[in-house]
Amino acid sequence: MAERYSSFTPGGTGWLLQRLTAAFLIVVLAFHFFLLHFVNHAADVTFAATQARMENVGYFLTMVLFLVTAAFHGVNGVYNALVNQGLTGTRKKVVFAVLTLAGLALVAQGTYVALVMAGWM
Amino acid sequence: MSQSYNRGLIEDFGRWKEFSAGMWAWIFHKFTGWMLIGYLFTHIAVLSSSLTSPEAYTTTIQGLESLFIIRVLEVGLLAVAVFHILNGIRLLMVDLGVGLEAQDKSFYASLIITGVIVVASVPTFLDGVTF
Repeated sequence: MAERYSSFTPGGTGWLLQRLTAAFLIVVLAFHFFLLHFVNHAADVTFAATQARMENVGYFLTMVLFLVTAAFHGVNGVYNALVNQGLTGTRKKVVFAVLTLAGLALVAQGTYVALVMAGWM
Repeated sequence: MSQSYNRGLIEDFGRWKEFSAGMWAWIFHKFTGWMLIGYLFTHIAVLSSSLTSPEAYTTTIQGLESLFIIRVLEVGLLAVAVFHILNGIRLLMVDLGVGLEAQDKSFYASLIITGVIVVASVPTFLDGVTF
């Protein structure tokens, strides 16, 4: 039996969440690119147009959920890539703490920005 | 029980000439993943210009979009995102046990479809900017 390459534990919570967020992100990332590069063009973005989109509660909630899932999927992916590279012991714990803080800070900042864009803060 | 193959450590990049399609898919998925999470932090930082003022936000976005290099980087971001999405679908299918015997072909398909989508998107991404 060959050695497993993945550091994910099949059936574990992290393993499952990485796949559930992946399924969500496939749809929302494609939507995000399509909306802001093909329906609207990035070069034509103005604060007023951004606010008009973000004021829609459904759009706002989708974008915040997009941010939360992307931050988790990305940070968890980086952590597992580093564990695959042989990260162990104290360094593994420090990297976990730093990545968790960075992910939480990213979500906090992004949510605050979305609230300001919507005109609710 | 599914059969598995011992191809040695992928982390040993020095033996890249021996890598199979699935190993390249693994490396490309890691590389594009690093790019995407790096970009997400940058993206939120740029959008944070909206915290200064509405004008600062509009000026920042439109100023960046007027630069040719930014448009080229956006095409690169599209390529990275499309590959990560397509290969991600491939990985979810493999996890579900669907098409495992064709995982090398689905990797090549991911590369080709990414190439087609990116080339077809270049005119849209470079619209209204000159070198």
